[in-house]
Amino acid sequence: MHALTDALIITKRQLLQLARVPEVLIFSTIQPVMFVLLFRYVFGGSIETGQPGGYVQLLMPGIFVQTTAFTLAATASGLAEDMQKGLIDRFRSLPIARSALVFGRTLGDGLLNILVLAVMGLAGYLVGWRPTSGILKISLAFLFLLAFGYALSWVGIFAGLAARDARVVQNVSFLVTFPMTFLSNAFAPTTGMPKPLQYVAEWNPVSTMVAACRQLFGLENQFGATAGSFPSENPLTMSLIYMVIILVIFVPLSVRKYTNKVTK
Amino acid sequence: MKSIVAQDLIKTYNKGSIRALDGLSLDVEEGTVLGVLGPNGAGKTTTVRILATLLTPDSGSANVAGIDVIKHPDKVREIIGLSGQYAAVDETLTGWDNLVMFGRLYHLGKAASIKRAEELLERFSLTESARRPIKTYSGGMRRRLDLAASLIVKPKVLFLDEPTTGLDPRGRLEMWGVIEELVKDGVTLLLTTQYLDEADQLADDIAVIDHGKVIARGTSDQLKREVGGERLEVVVEQAHVAQTMAIVAKVSGTKASLDEALRKISAPVTTGAGALIEVLRALDGAGIHPLDVALKRPSLDDVFMALTGHVAEVEEVPTDSKKKRKGGNR
Repeated sequence: MHALTDALIITKRQLLQLARVPEVLIFSTIQPVMFVLLFRYVFGGSIETGQPGGYVQLLMPGIFVQTTAFTLAATASGLAEDMQKGLIDRFRSLPIARSALVFGRTLGDGLLNILVLAVMGLAGYLVGWRPTSGILKISLAFLFLLAFGYALSWVGIFAGLAARDARVVQNVSFLVTFPMTFLSNAFAPTTGMPKPLQYVAEWNPVSTMVAACRQLFGLENQFGATAGSFPSENPLTMSLIYMVIILVIFVPLSVRKYTNKVTK
Repeated sequence: MKSIVAQDLIKTYNKGSIRALDGLSLDVEEGTVLGVLGPNGAGKTTTVRILATLLTPDSGSANVAGIDVIKHPDKVREIIGLSGQYAAVDETLTGWDNLVMFGRLYHLGKAASIKRAEELLERFSLTESARRPIKTYSGGMRRRLDLAASLIVKPKVLFLDEPTTGLDPRGRLEMWGVIEELVKDGVTLLLTTQYLDEADQLADDIAVIDHGKVIARGTSDQLKREVGGERLEVVVEQAHVAQTMAIVAKVSGTKASLDEALRKISAPVTTGAGALIEVLRALDGAGIHPLDVALKRPSLDDVFMALTGHVAEVEEVPTDSKKKRKGGNR
């Protein structure tokens, strides 16, 4: 099956890039680790959670989700850069499957998340994060996170193809994902927000993901559930629905855009 | 047998407002080199992108090695190599990484990919830098690596889109050497260029294009004859103008013309440097010290002047924005 091996070679290329420029990996893990430390020690003391183990238990799922959400920007800017440099032309003049490049890239960015999450999990553990739900559910939570990152990476493919410049798309993606991750239950209870924002926050896929992870890590579903809305009551189901929706929309859209963009 | 045939290709952008190709037709005999010569915006890149299956024309047809590029692009991709205006390789990876990766994408298998990569690195004098990231390469080295990447499966037909644009003179000479070697191996080559001397050096046949059409076709000698060949130019003091005109006319065999303001005497010559020496000897013998002497070879501008009556219109497109607008680069 050439389409699959082609995609895997593209994936391998990304991993090789990391091996050649390890700084990229170092810096892409430093940021989330820094977030862990800042939130843990700056806000952790003043936020009352009523949670055994304190704020860090609620914080870690939030930072995990935020970091995987940034996959969108990574995929988008990586692809935009390849287009800008003419590398996509070379790939397209090769006898490989059309879809190999986009599938390979989303997979590569997904795999990168494994490393980043592992480093963050370790950092979290060092500052007191102790999930209590057992290995099976903890693994499931990480699987959820990886799936979420993978789904968003398809949005990134679309954004990268739509963009004209790699730097612009990186900035725009951050402008979208940053407020999305804060307008959620990731770092603070949604109950403190103005009412209209509470609804936005509760339907925000970031919130459902965070709530789902908290459940899977063995926490009460806190920092939300004020409106008693469907997503806050059923975060696991709702997160799955969101991922399926994103994939169903953006996989065909991105593949089509890729094919069109380059033959026009 | 014709290896490349393009017929009546039309390609428009921006809903028809820009006609990049306006009924372009050309063909290339198997095992020969066609130089496609034209200014920026003439349609060179669009032509290459269509023939290399990266772009679909609005109308017209094209075959490469007898295969229809529109109907069977996958089959065409298996037998062509393409190297563009900018090195399309992964800059963070090493030269070795890149070539092995492309070998794998041509489905060569791991061992064969490595073997081929090493052969090509050797051939293009890149073995020493094989383990360094491309970022550290010079412009000429990047182009050579890019060319190597397009030769992984010995292509039957090779497209080189402005292979020396942006290179310094040394890089250009190196690149010419590499391309000449390739041609000896019998590949059919379509090469685009903005430089007449490059087409002259590398191509068996030249197609001059302007505004998306082929406006002249022939060997370099044929085209030069149309342009009028080389001109000898001499600038002297006012006092020596008349005498110099006579000397130049004698060497040239035709009447010399005079630019009075510049005191520049010029005439077409056919013997190149020989004519230059002859004129200098004669001037020296007459005790005349020229202020300036030049042998001017016909430039792309001269070709355009002769063929179209207008100077090649070079579109002022900054190179980086050209790269950004995929397909907008005509």
